[in-house]
Amino acid sequence: MRKIHLAGIVAVLGLAITAVAHGAAGITLNGSGSTLSKPFQEAAIEQFMKSHKDITINYAGGGSGKGRQDLADMVVDFAGSDSPFKEGDAAKAKGGPILYFPILLSPIAVAYNLGGVDKLQLSAPTLAKIFQREIKKWNDPVIVADNPGVKLPDAAIIVARRADGSGTTQNFTEYLAGAAKKDWKLKSGSTVEWPSDTQAGQGSAGVAQIVKSTKGAIAYVDLSDAKASGLKYAMVKNRGGKFVEPTAASASAAGEGIQVKDNLLFSALDAKGDKAYPITAQTWVIVYARQVDQAKGQALKDYLGYLLKDGQALLTEIDYAPLPRGLQEKALKQVDRIKVAAHASLTP
Amino acid sequence: MIDLAGRRATGDRAFGWISAGAAALVVLILGLIAITVTQRALPVFHQMGLGFFTTSRWSPPDDLFGALAFIWGTAFTAAIAVVLAVPISLGMALFMTEVAPPWLARPLVHLVDLLAGVPSVVFGLWGVLVLSPLFNLGRSFLTAGIILAIMIVPIITSLSREVIDTTPAGDKEGALAMGATRWEMIAATVLPHSKGGLVGAIMLGLGRAMGETIAAALVIGSALGQITLDPFAPGNSMPAVIANEWGEAQELHKSALIALAVTLFAITIVVNLIATAIVQRSVKRGQGT
Repeated sequence: MRKIHLAGIVAVLGLAITAVAHGAAGITLNGSGSTLSKPFQEAAIEQFMKSHKDITINYAGGGSGKGRQDLADMVVDFAGSDSPFKEGDAAKAKGGPILYFPILLSPIAVAYNLGGVDKLQLSAPTLAKIFQREIKKWNDPVIVADNPGVKLPDAAIIVARRADGSGTTQNFTEYLAGAAKKDWKLKSGSTVEWPSDTQAGQGSAGVAQIVKSTKGAIAYVDLSDAKASGLKYAMVKNRGGKFVEPTAASASAAGEGIQVKDNLLFSALDAKGDKAYPITAQTWVIVYARQVDQAKGQALKDYLGYLLKDGQALLTEIDYAPLPRGLQEKALKQVDRIKVAAHASLTP
Repeated sequence: MIDLAGRRATGDRAFGWISAGAAALVVLILGLIAITVTQRALPVFHQMGLGFFTTSRWSPPDDLFGALAFIWGTAFTAAIAVVLAVPISLGMALFMTEVAPPWLARPLVHLVDLLAGVPSVVFGLWGVLVLSPLFNLGRSFLTAGIILAIMIVPIITSLSREVIDTTPAGDKEGALAMGATRWEMIAATVLPHSKGGLVGAIMLGLGRAMGETIAAALVIGSALGQITLDPFAPGNSMPAVIANEWGEAQELHKSALIALAVTLFAITIVVNLIATAIVQRSVKRGQGT
């Protein structure tokens, strides 16, 4: 009896040792989800792996919805998502309770192609009417009212929008549904019922391409894509009645004026503050609160710590905004709530 | 002593079981796909009823899912593709078998067979990235139809050529001996002989055109509610919608996309059944004469 017992212990120990050895040889973390945060993830992974040579991190993109589904099915170690799980869906996640870590703020620019007009100001109701195709001319009185003293051409407006389901569409329509409640009728979602005379583009870059090549076009695109395509973009009227340009600074300012819940969920859309850019989106990294694999769990905590601290410095270069200080501190504190199993997992 | 007869019997039996098992597996897999997929599509059928097939308002935030415009888009683009691809494919097939001298026909045959083996999405991407900008086609039913046509020409050509090649030399020589011109010979012997096979080839092309996702998603325009005969209008098709919206879809929206897949699956089966019926009828008629 004792002999068997001993053999068992030896076997378990052996497995544990191989598991540790396996871990030391290289830990791989896989993530998928939000395409909005993909450029940041890629830049951060590159830097992080320079100082952590034993850790490999892959981030696959695929969309926020896919990221959440992959995490719920435990296909990936972390998900990137521009919106939280729907109520009830989080409870179905196979790995138990989850934690949300905000990692960045991103302004959604309203890009346009209108020769001779270098400064355009738009309010939420005007945006709603343009994107619903109620206003079809650039010199419509409603647009003129937002732009005193600007000579707008008698040209047709061409609306471009996403063909694929997208977190950017979700945030843009959510903003209009909130800030232009009376005018916006298409509700909000990753796909909405766009009028059939709108142009559809694949991805933010595809939409930017349409704006670039079409005179009179207007569209919502992530600021980084608008800048990459060299597009002009409008100043949008915020809650304080000020027209604000989308920049890293004005997106961070939006982050200052938001209500953050205990689970670090919030919306940076239509935030308070005179300097805040109102169409500001956010994205989270979602992980399980209990990590059963010690090596992986620790690596994940290290990576999250990097994203939330040193990694934040990478953001402005790629036209995203870092988290405001208060939110950053809360997020960093929450990293400690990830519980990592005390011993190495037996599964290799 | 070796019992040859007994051994052969065992071998035959084992082979019989294995092949029967493989055949059963095909049916089983197909059945399981149909069942599980339909099951996941049920919530949207429950919500929309027949409206899923007869209305065309598609608004995920409203939980409204009417697929009629997408079904129309699928049928319309596939029809454009077949109309454009069939004359080209049949022309090429006839040229290779009946017109071209052997020194030209043989390399051509190899080339087309090679092309037929290339995944159709490669042609689709070429159409999207090169052809569409070159002729400034924009995004419309017609653009999608043209791209789909390019994708299915090699497969229809390759299959048609093989079918046409099986026309008995005696028939053809007979027609020519009667004083028929080359075209009259083709019309009198080759086409009647290969009618069934040609229909099969075209239907296979049609099936590919209907199911094509990414290429269609890129050029069709993703416009909602478009039921029109105007080929220059932007529209949408079932596979394009699935490809575009799957990543971010949740709950009922996801179920609606799966329901689109079920619909596509059902339509493909119906098309194939019709094709089989046509082929069989023409085979019977061929035997009668």
